[in-house]
Amino acid sequence: MDAVGTFLRLIWELGVYLFVVLPDLLPIILYLATPLALGALCGVINERSGVVNIGIEGIMLMAAFFGYLTGFALHDSIGSGPALGLGIIVAVLVGALLGLVHAWLTVSVRADQIIAGTMMNIAAFGITGYLNRLIISPSGRGGAGVITPFHISDSLANLPLVGPILAMFLDQGPIAMSVLVIVIVLQIALFRTRWGLRTRAVGEHPKAADTVGIDVYRQRYLNVILGCCFAGLAGAFLTLESTGSFQNGMTNGRGFIALAAMIFGRWTPIGAFGGALLFGTATALGVVVSVRVPEGDLGGIMQSIPSYWYAALPYLMTIVILAGVVGRSTPPAADGVPYVKEGKA
Amino acid sequence: MSWARRTFRQAWRVASIPLLATLLAFIVAAGVVILSSAFTSTGFDLFLPLAAYASLLVGAFGSGNGMVNTLVAAAPLVLGGLAVGIGFKAGLFNIGVPGQFLVGAFAAAVVGSALASAPTVIAAPLAMLAGAAGGAAFGFIPGFLKARTGAHEVVTTIMLNNAAFYLLGWVLTDFARAPGFSFSRTGEIGNSALPVLVGRNLHIGIPLAFLTVFAVRWLLDRTTIGFEIRTVGQNPSAARYAGMRPVFVTTLTMTLSGLLGGLAGAVQTLGVIGFYAAGVAGTVGFDSIAVALLGRSDPIGILFAAILFGAFRAGAPLMQIETSVPIEVIDIIQALVILFLAADLLVRRVFRIRAATPVIPDLATVTQTWAGGGSAGSTAP
Amino acid sequence: MSDQPPVLEMRGITKRFPAGTLANDSIDLDVRKGEIHALLGENGAGKSTLMNILYGLVTPDAGEIRMDGQPVTIRDPADAIARGIGMVHQHFMLIPVLSVAENAVLGQEIVRAREILDLDEASRRIKLLAKKLGFDIDPSARIDQLSVGQQQRVEILKAIYRNALILVLDEPTAVLTPQETREIFEVLRRLRAEGASVIFISHKLDEVLEIADRITVIRRGKVVGSRKPAETNENELAELMVGRAVSLQVDRGRSHPGEVVVEVAGLRAKNDRGQEALHGVDVAVRAGEILGIAGVAGNGQDELVESLIGLRKLATGTIHLTGKDLSRASVDERRDRGMSFVPADRHRFGLVLTYSVADNLALTRYAEPPFAGGLAGIVRGFRSILENAVRLMSEFDVRAPGPTAPVGTLSGGNQQKVVVAREFRHDLKLLVLDQPTRGLDVGSIEFIHKQVIARRDAGVAVLLVSAELDEVLDLSDRVLVMFRGRVVGEFPAADAQRDKIGLLMATGGARP
Repeated sequence: MDAVGTFLRLIWELGVYLFVVLPDLLPIILYLATPLALGALCGVINERSGVVNIGIEGIMLMAAFFGYLTGFALHDSIGSGPALGLGIIVAVLVGALLGLVHAWLTVSVRADQIIAGTMMNIAAFGITGYLNRLIISPSGRGGAGVITPFHISDSLANLPLVGPILAMFLDQGPIAMSVLVIVIVLQIALFRTRWGLRTRAVGEHPKAADTVGIDVYRQRYLNVILGCCFAGLAGAFLTLESTGSFQNGMTNGRGFIALAAMIFGRWTPIGAFGGALLFGTATALGVVVSVRVPEGDLGGIMQSIPSYWYAALPYLMTIVILAGVVGRSTPPAADGVPYVKEGKA
Repeated sequence: MSWARRTFRQAWRVASIPLLATLLAFIVAAGVVILSSAFTSTGFDLFLPLAAYASLLVGAFGSGNGMVNTLVAAAPLVLGGLAVGIGFKAGLFNIGVPGQFLVGAFAAAVVGSALASAPTVIAAPLAMLAGAAGGAAFGFIPGFLKARTGAHEVVTTIMLNNAAFYLLGWVLTDFARAPGFSFSRTGEIGNSALPVLVGRNLHIGIPLAFLTVFAVRWLLDRTTIGFEIRTVGQNPSAARYAGMRPVFVTTLTMTLSGLLGGLAGAVQTLGVIGFYAAGVAGTVGFDSIAVALLGRSDPIGILFAAILFGAFRAGAPLMQIETSVPIEVIDIIQALVILFLAADLLVRRVFRIRAATPVIPDLATVTQTWAGGGSAGSTAP
Repeated sequence: MSDQPPVLEMRGITKRFPAGTLANDSIDLDVRKGEIHALLGENGAGKSTLMNILYGLVTPDAGEIRMDGQPVTIRDPADAIARGIGMVHQHFMLIPVLSVAENAVLGQEIVRAREILDLDEASRRIKLLAKKLGFDIDPSARIDQLSVGQQQRVEILKAIYRNALILVLDEPTAVLTPQETREIFEVLRRLRAEGASVIFISHKLDEVLEIADRITVIRRGKVVGSRKPAETNENELAELMVGRAVSLQVDRGRSHPGEVVVEVAGLRAKNDRGQEALHGVDVAVRAGEILGIAGVAGNGQDELVESLIGLRKLATGTIHLTGKDLSRASVDERRDRGMSFVPADRHRFGLVLTYSVADNLALTRYAEPPFAGGLAGIVRGFRSILENAVRLMSEFDVRAPGPTAPVGTLSGGNQQKVVVAREFRHDLKLLVLDQPTRGLDVGSIEFIHKQVIARRDAGVAVLLVSAELDEVLDLSDRVLVMFRGRVVGEFPAADAQRDKIGLLMATGGARP
C-alpha cells in the first residue's frame, strides 16, 4: 500500500514539476522539434503522393553541410548576415536537388524505394564526411556563425498563460519561427487546394487520377522535390540556426524520428507537427532535468537516471510508437507502390 | 562448349552487374575526387584519382601485411553482409547491423574480460557465444515487432542502433568500466582473444567467417527452415498455402540476422580491438548493406563482396596518407555502388549489355513499406 | 431516329494482345444519338477491350473510329474526355477517402483565387446535376461511406460533369441489388432523354432486354449479331452469346458416385472488400463424382473455394470432410485430411515462380519425409525431391528443360500442369479445381481434363469451378449454378441443357 501511495505521489510531483517548468520548457521543445517537424513535413508530402522516402536523414545532412559550407566560405567576404541567408538558400536548393534524384529513382527508374532512400543516406554520410575532412577541417577557421535568434521582451514573456506560448514561438530563430506557419499553410494546402486534392488522389489511387487526365508522374516528381526542400530547411536549421558548426553525422537519427512523427500524425501536417513536439519534449526532458532539478524525492529519482537514458528516450519512444500506432493508422493507399501507366500497345 | 567456358559464362551472368556497377562507381567517384580537388590547398588535379586508386590497391594487396589487413577487415564484413543478406532473403531489410554489432562487441568484451584468465579454448568460444546471443536478442526485438505489429524493421532497427549506443554507454560507464584507463572501456580480454594464426594479426575469426558463409548457405539451400525463409520472401501467399507461418519466419530471420551481426561485433572485438569503448563500431554496419547488395544476398557473392570492401577499408588509410584523399571516398563509392545496383538499367545502358531473358528479378521485392506495398527492384524490359 | 451520321462509329477494330489472344477481331459498332446501346457477351468475349480502345486506354492494331462522321484518334483518357466520351469502369475509379464532390471534380476542379478549391460551388453543381438525373446525393459524403449503387451514381456524375455525350458503362449492374438496378435504369433513361448516348456492356440478358434500344452481341472477339429488343428474346440472345461452339468432347464415361465426402452447409463469407459474398451456400460432393459449379466470374465462386481450402475465414456455416468438422482447420490440416487445390491464380497461390519445377512440386509437403529428414527433420532430401519431380513430370507430360528449371520460364500450360501434378495426389479425398484450364492451349486442356476424369474414376470427389460453361458441361456429372453468392440451380448431367444453364448464369432465375 505504501509503495502504491509513494508511486502516486511521485506521479503527482512529476505533473507539478512539468507544469512549473513548462514556461522554460516550451521554447526548448520547439527548438528541438523544428528539424523533426520539417523532416516530417517532407515525409508527409512525399508519402501523400505515394512515394516513400527514408532518405530524409541523408538529405538533411547534405543540406546542413552545404548550407554551412556556404556560410563558412562567404561570411568573410559578404558579411555574416547575408552569408547565413545565402546558406539557407543553398541548403534548400540542395534538398530540392536530392529530391529530384530520389524522384527519378522512385518514379522513373521504379527502384525499390527503401533501397533508394538508404543509398541517399549512405551517400550523404560519405560525401559530407569526405568534403568535411577535405575542405573544412584543415582550414581550422571559425565557424559560419549562427543566426541570432529573436527575443521578446520580458514583460511579454511573463504574461500568464499566453506569455510562455508567445515565448515558445517567438523566442526563436527564423527557421524555428517559420515552422508553425509552414505547418498551417501545408495543412490548408493539402486539404483545400487543387494541388492538395491532386496530391492525395495520386497517393491513394493513381489509376483513378490517371483516368481523369492527371499526370501522375509529374505530380509525384513535383511533390518529392517540394517535400525535400523542407528537409533541406531542416538541415539549414541544424548548422546555421542551431550549432554554428558541422560534425559528421550530426543529424543523429532525426530523419527517422521524423518518419515516426509523420506516422504518429497520420500523415497530416498538423499531426506530424504534434508528433515532432512529442519527440522534442522527450529530448527536452533530459536537458531541463539537469538544469532545473525537481524538488525532493522526485528530484532525487530524476537526477539519478543516467543521462544516457534521457538520450536514448526519443529513440525508444519511436519504437514504441511505431509498434503501437503503425498497425492502426492507414497510410495513403498507394504509398510505396510505383505507378506504371497501362501499356497502350 | 567446354566446361571452363560454360562456368565462365555462368559466373559472368551472375557477377557482371555487380562488377560493372562497382567499376562505374569508381569512375564516377573519380569525377568527384577531381572536382573536389579544386577546393583543396593542392589545387585541381586531374590525375588524383589514379594516384588514389593506385595506393588504395597497394595498401590492400601490395604486401603480405596488406593482404592480411584486407582479410582482417573483411571478416566482420562477411558476417555483417550475411546478416543483411539473410534478411533480404525473407523480404526484410535489417539496417540494424551497427546496433547488433555494438551489442555483440560489448557482450563479447565483457564476458571476455571476465574470463581473461581462463584457458583460451573455453574463454574465446564463450565470449563469441555471448556476442552472438546479444546480437540475436537485438534482432529478435524488431523481428517480433514487425511480425506482430507491422512496425517497419527499417525504422525500428535504426532506432535501436541509436538507442544501443547510448544504453551501452550507460552500462559501460556505470557497471563495466575497467579501472586504470584514461577513457571509458572494458577490461583486458586476455585469453579470450582470438588466437592468431599467421603473422601479426590474421586471427582465427577469419576462417570462422569463411565457415559461416558455408553454414548460412547450407541453412538457406539445404534445410526446411531456409526453404521457409526464402519462400516467405519470394511469395508470401504461396507460403501460406504451403502451410508456412510468416510470423514465425519473420521473427526467426531477424533473430538470425541479429545473431550474425552480433557475431561480427564479437569477432572484431576479440580478434582485433580487444575491448569495448564508444566508437568501436567503425564503418562495418553500413558497409554490410553494400556488401549484401553487391553479393546479391548470396552467401558466396557476399564473401567476394566482403573481401572487396575489406580491401577498400584496408587500403584507404594508405591512400589518405599518400594522396590526402579522405577515406570517406570509400563511403561515396559505396553509395554509388548501391545506386547503380538499384538502377541497374543504367549500368546496362552504359556497358551495352542486353538484359538476360527471362528476367526473373532477384533483387526485386526486396522490401515492403509500411503500407505493405512492395516494389520490384530490377526493371524488367 | 434521325438521318444524321451516328454519334459514334467503330469500324474494323482489331486488337491482339502480346500473349497472343485476339481480343477484338474486326469489330464494327455504331451508336446513335439519344440511344442506349447494349454490348452483350460472355466474360472474355472482348467487350471491355473494345471500350478501353474507345476510351484511349488501349491502342488498336487496326480499325477506325468516327464521331459525328469525322474520323478521330483517341490517344489517352484525357483525349476521350475532351471528345465527350465518359466511362464508368467495372472497378470504380473513385478514391475511397475523398468526398463525392472531390472525386467528381478531380482534374477539372473549380477554384477561387487560382488554387483554393471551391468545394461549395462544386457541391452545388453536383447536386444540380444529380437532380437533373433524378436522384439525390450528399456531395460531402466520403466515397467509402456510400453504398455501391451510390458510388456508381457518383461515377456517372463524374462523366456528366465533364459533358460526356457518350457514356460507357462496363458491367454496371454486376455489383448492384435489384432495387439499385432499377434506380440506375431510371438515370439512364433520363440521360437518353437529354440526348446523351449510352453504351451498356453486360452479360445479363433480362436487363439488356429491358433497358436497351439496340443490342449487339459479341462472342470470342467478333460481332455475331445485332437486334432490337422487340425482335428477340432471352433464348435467342443466350444462344448467340454462348453459341454452339465445338467443344472438346471428352468421353466422360459413367460415374459411380459413392458416399458424400464433403458437405458444406450454410456457408457465409465476406469478400476482400468486406461485403458478404456468400449468402448461405449448401454443397455436397460424393466420392467418384465431379460436381461442376457454373456461373459468371464474381458471383461468389472464388470465395467458396477459398473458404473450402482454408485460405479464407468463413463467417458462419460448416464444412465437413468425411464426417470431420474442418470449418476452422488450417490449410495444412485440410491438406493432411485429403484436400487438394488447384487455384485460379496460379502465380499467387500455386507456384513460386523463381523456384525450380522440382521445388514447386514438393512445395506443399516440403517438411515431410521423404522431402525432408535428417537431423530433426530439417535437412531437405534433394534426391527424393528430384525423383519425385522426374516421375511427376513424365506422368503429367510437363515440358521443361529439366526439373531444375525455374518454373517461371515454363509456358502457362506447363506451369498449370506442374500445379496439377502436385495436387493430384493418390491419397486424395477431395480435389478442388478453380478455373483449371484458363489461358491454356488446347493440348494442355485436353490432358488436364483426362486427368480429372481419371481421378474421379479412382474414387476422388471433385469440385470444379469454371467460368467456361463448355468445360463445366463436358466434365461434370452434376452441375450447380451460382448467382450472386447463392446456389440457384442444380442439374444432373443428363438434364443439363446449355441454354437453360446459360440463362440461369445470366439471370439467376429471377422472374418479374
